[in-house]
Amino acid sequence: MLTFTIRRLALAVPTLVFIALVIFLLLELAPGDPMAQVPLTVPPEVKEKMRLALGLGEPMHVRFWKWIVQFYWIEPQVLIDHIFGTQFAEGKLRMISWQTRSPVMDIVAQRIPQTLWVVGTAYVVGILIAIPIGIYSAYRQYSWFDQLGTFVSMVGFSVPPFFSGVLVIVIFSVNLGWFPSIYDTTLQVVDWDSFVRQLQQMIMPVMVLALQITAQISRFMRSSMLDNLNQDYVRTARAKGLGEYTVVMLHVLRNSMIPVVTVIALGVPAIFGGAIITEQVFKVNGIGHLLIGAIQANDLPMVQTLAFIFAILIVLFNLIADVLYGILDPRIRYD
Amino acid sequence: MKIKTLLMGALASTALAPMAMAERGSDGNVSIIYWQAPSILNPYLSAGTKDVESSSLVLEPLGRYDETGALVPFLATEIPTLENGGVSEDLTTITWKLKPDLLWSDGTAVTSADVVFTAEYCMHPEGGCAQAAKFEGVSKVEALDDMTVKVTFVEPKPNPYGPFMGAQSPIIQAAQFADCLGPKAPECTEANFNPIGTGPFVVDEFKPNDVITMSANQNYRDPDKPAFATLTFKGGGDATAAGRAVMETGEYDYAWNLQLAPEVISKMAEAGKGTPVSAFGTLVERIEINMTDPSPDLPDDERATAKHPHPILSDRAVREALSMAIDRDLLVEIGYGQAGRATCNMVPAPAMYASDNTDCLKQDIAAANQMLDDAGWVKGADGIRTKDGMRLSLLYQTSTNAVRQDFQALIKQWWSEIGVETELRNISGSVFFGGDPGSPDTFQKFYADVEMYANNFDGTDPENYLAQRTCDKMPRPESQWQGENINRFCDPAYDELIAELGRTGEMEKRSEIAKKLNDMLTKDSYSILPLVDRGRVSAHSNSLGGVILNVWDSELWNVADWYRLEDS
Amino acid sequence: MTEPRHDPVKDPIDTVAAIVAHDHTTPLGGDAQPDRPPRSQWLDVWDQFKSHKGALCGGIIFILIVAGVFLGPLFWSIDPTHIDIRARNQGPSLTHPFGTDQLGRDIMARMMAGGQTSVSVGIAAMALALFLGSFVGVVAGFFRRMDGLLMRMTDLFLALPLLPLLLVMMLLFREPLNAAFGPEQGIFILIVCAIGITSWMPTARIVRGDVLALKEREFVLAARSIGTTNSKMITRHILPNVLSPIMVSATLGIANAIITESALSFLGLGFPPDFPTWGRLLFDGTDYLQQYPERVIWPGVAISLTVLSVNYLGDGLRDALDPRIRGR
Repeated sequence: MLTFTIRRLALAVPTLVFIALVIFLLLELAPGDPMAQVPLTVPPEVKEKMRLALGLGEPMHVRFWKWIVQFYWIEPQVLIDHIFGTQFAEGKLRMISWQTRSPVMDIVAQRIPQTLWVVGTAYVVGILIAIPIGIYSAYRQYSWFDQLGTFVSMVGFSVPPFFSGVLVIVIFSVNLGWFPSIYDTTLQVVDWDSFVRQLQQMIMPVMVLALQITAQISRFMRSSMLDNLNQDYVRTARAKGLGEYTVVMLHVLRNSMIPVVTVIALGVPAIFGGAIITEQVFKVNGIGHLLIGAIQANDLPMVQTLAFIFAILIVLFNLIADVLYGILDPRIRYD
Repeated sequence: MKIKTLLMGALASTALAPMAMAERGSDGNVSIIYWQAPSILNPYLSAGTKDVESSSLVLEPLGRYDETGALVPFLATEIPTLENGGVSEDLTTITWKLKPDLLWSDGTAVTSADVVFTAEYCMHPEGGCAQAAKFEGVSKVEALDDMTVKVTFVEPKPNPYGPFMGAQSPIIQAAQFADCLGPKAPECTEANFNPIGTGPFVVDEFKPNDVITMSANQNYRDPDKPAFATLTFKGGGDATAAGRAVMETGEYDYAWNLQLAPEVISKMAEAGKGTPVSAFGTLVERIEINMTDPSPDLPDDERATAKHPHPILSDRAVREALSMAIDRDLLVEIGYGQAGRATCNMVPAPAMYASDNTDCLKQDIAAANQMLDDAGWVKGADGIRTKDGMRLSLLYQTSTNAVRQDFQALIKQWWSEIGVETELRNISGSVFFGGDPGSPDTFQKFYADVEMYANNFDGTDPENYLAQRTCDKMPRPESQWQGENINRFCDPAYDELIAELGRTGEMEKRSEIAKKLNDMLTKDSYSILPLVDRGRVSAHSNSLGGVILNVWDSELWNVADWYRLEDS
Repeated sequence: MTEPRHDPVKDPIDTVAAIVAHDHTTPLGGDAQPDRPPRSQWLDVWDQFKSHKGALCGGIIFILIVAGVFLGPLFWSIDPTHIDIRARNQGPSLTHPFGTDQLGRDIMARMMAGGQTSVSVGIAAMALALFLGSFVGVVAGFFRRMDGLLMRMTDLFLALPLLPLLLVMMLLFREPLNAAFGPEQGIFILIVCAIGITSWMPTARIVRGDVLALKEREFVLAARSIGTTNSKMITRHILPNVLSPIMVSATLGIANAIITESALSFLGLGFPPDFPTWGRLLFDGTDYLQQYPERVIWPGVAISLTVLSVNYLGDGLRDALDPRIRGR
């Protein structure tokens, strides 16, 4: 197990470097110009100067090397400085966003709480709803509940969030006036009132997102339960006279949860990645929102860094899922 | 003098602006939403409207343009002119005097050194200043005393109001930005995010690309203003959401630039929580007609250059017929509603420079057909005209944008009625306006027969804008495809007139020449077909008073005068 | 990242699923009982499929939508690009059953044109993803030496952000594709490729897992012992046995591709505004949600219904192709 983990970790490093290179090259080759949003009244010579000031004049490999150094060397130092109050990164050049001319990581750190709050809550809510639905749907396969559950999760899959999002905004904030249509990122939860307001502004995005997450997880839970319900050990358990509740909730559920837990772990990077469209619709200024804004403004350092952070998270949680699986299921042996 | 009368009027109107017995900070919070989020509060590092306008809450120039386009002093005691001696007789210097006892929001005094520093900051060769054009032709900026600044130009400047005028060129504090010159400019994050200014508000917290919270500047020069204690500036989203938040749900007080279909805006206004307001500037949506041949058969260094005149569009009759076939009023109704008006002018405003050219406004398909018949273009069996073996078939490109694609579809239909075949193409805005000399799809390269986009000019003087159409400004391979003469219009008489405009200081004379230049581009040559004078529609909640929409400067130019209406 | 990533299954899971899975086709399974006449496997599958009402309905609705979209224009001959400016913003009527848009174009004709694009994108992108996924999955599962490399490549693709990738593809390939196929065909190919190239990974992993398990089965050993070549082995023994996960992936792939295309249109990265697709029509309609709700409802319902029916179809197929459920 340990050797497996170490081997995978060792393998993850070249994978990540390769991914970094691919992302960098992709963005380098991409069309577009960070100056495209500058009004036409600004003369081209000025734009050219601005481009040079962004460091666009340097050759590609120099910029790639700079970025790697900044990401792997300087930014961790900044983090250490921040935590321990040391001075390692003093005076070193950090990754600078082209849009804001400020360190990329500071902005990312600013955005993560919103995303974690909204998408994370939706994930938890979605899982909490999905698991009972999945269990009962499988237990009573083809019952009306199963049919309804299937239908609801299908709807969750089928209705794109930019449709359902706008729909709930029009219903709940414009017509009924219950919830705000724009997420207020300055709101600080200090007392009951602000907590209620925070709850109100979170309800709609969480609702839309949770529907999607429920759809995915409940389908997975159902099929995993179905796999197990027909196993011999279930027949044995029933045969030795165990109650139906014990059989299903203890024996079957425990075994069915194994793949579901890993699927849930695999979904975690998506929480950090935010939900681009949902964040866009509800103006939740999270990571996804940041990424799409950076793509539109051709803010390459930002896009590059965000894409790479996603890549790290995906690789990391893949590894975690694998290890988790080995721990949970003694039948699996890695060698 | 016209400027002077305008100026007096503006002064009077600011003086009479409703004071509403306000006291600083008595009206609580005001919230503004821009659907583009500001990413920096230093207009010298970003020319984006969102950044310039959000920073205008904090930073102020010596003078601003008011809603009529007239000049109003802000930090200066008065606008220097030839009459009051502020501008020298030879038009090479302008001398500004600061108001007495001005304070920065940190309590220190504003002096002429700050103004001199501002110029130094933007004119630094390695700074990549986004507003460098404002300082073009400036040879030196010097402080005569603590309160007086003299700007000297290399050559006579009939319009000396480039530096320190308008939202793009505010004064920054020398003490704060002292270590931020040149290549160090982007490293001063703290200063760029939280500039110390003289404006009515100070930044409490700036979350880039998201939200700014501000509170009233305790050192603001008018002790009763601003009426609001705090201000929230939210950015991001889309125009629909912004309009909805002001006019339907009432969550916000002010929404900027609602580029929405007219019926959508009027439906929102019906909800009764807010009111749309509109004003017109110089932004003109136009079709540029390529005077050179963009044929892909030509070698790369000759394609779309003056070496090869356009085989079809060099015929003036074709260009005029294309213009006649367009119903501009209908375009306005569909695309812009309240925020647009049909125009035939490159320079639609201010009034003193706008030509009385209105001939193109009436659509006349029959006459256009007649004109093409007379010019020898004969309709073939498929309804498309030909002449000497050339089909009247055009490639029509623009940037990707829903309204522009609607326009393309409509215009294609009208042109088909006069026997012109049109192929439509749209290109992502970031490429089209990106200016990358390696891309074949930029609007400068113009590898198409006609293209549509919008452009305007800063401030109220059109000289630089009209001078973009001289022969030497053509984008071409030797200039790395840079240059503003997009359609490659070239007329020696035009170039001569531009030179004359540069020598003329008298207002009446200038306006006469400018009108003539405008007509040469439009109704005389039909090399540019102006379509719509695009205004600005913004919305404010019904409980917000004092809003005067201004397209010549920041929309938030008079935010110090905003107040909360009592009964709502 | 809201694109529903269906069943992001991991290797070990697949392995288990495959271990417990039973053999579908081979007579070696020998569960045919003597008192039952031998039946074709596909007849069994069809029987099971029929009993899944949702799947049957889904299948019928999907066929109806596809037929309506592709054959509809034969009966409804209004040109979707024809502008009738006098008939702007009309509600549903006899001449325009779905109403007209802001330029007076017939929405029903545009829905059909948009549907053709959306459904074609869905099917084509699915086919591409399926081909890539099955290929990589079979090769990785069957040839041990390729496994590590191909699976790391799969990880790499899973970690790539879709949007920047799409932008790059636009730059690199738009010009040559436009020259070869015309602007609309060009962008169609581009979007299909972009979606296909970024969505084959789950299929590859599922298929690999199944192949890994199959390889250890007795019938494969038997086939090998009589000297079956690798290529024969794959086409005759392996592929038919992994058909069931592939077919399920196929239905989900269509749904996924249709949603992704509309999401791209929503973010302004898809087809240009003058080229109707359901996603584009829906996006354009959202502004008018309050005045002309039908403009949002038609494309919204069309997308949702298509995806819904395809999902049900996939659900039914999964059940029908799974011998453990079949016959219950």
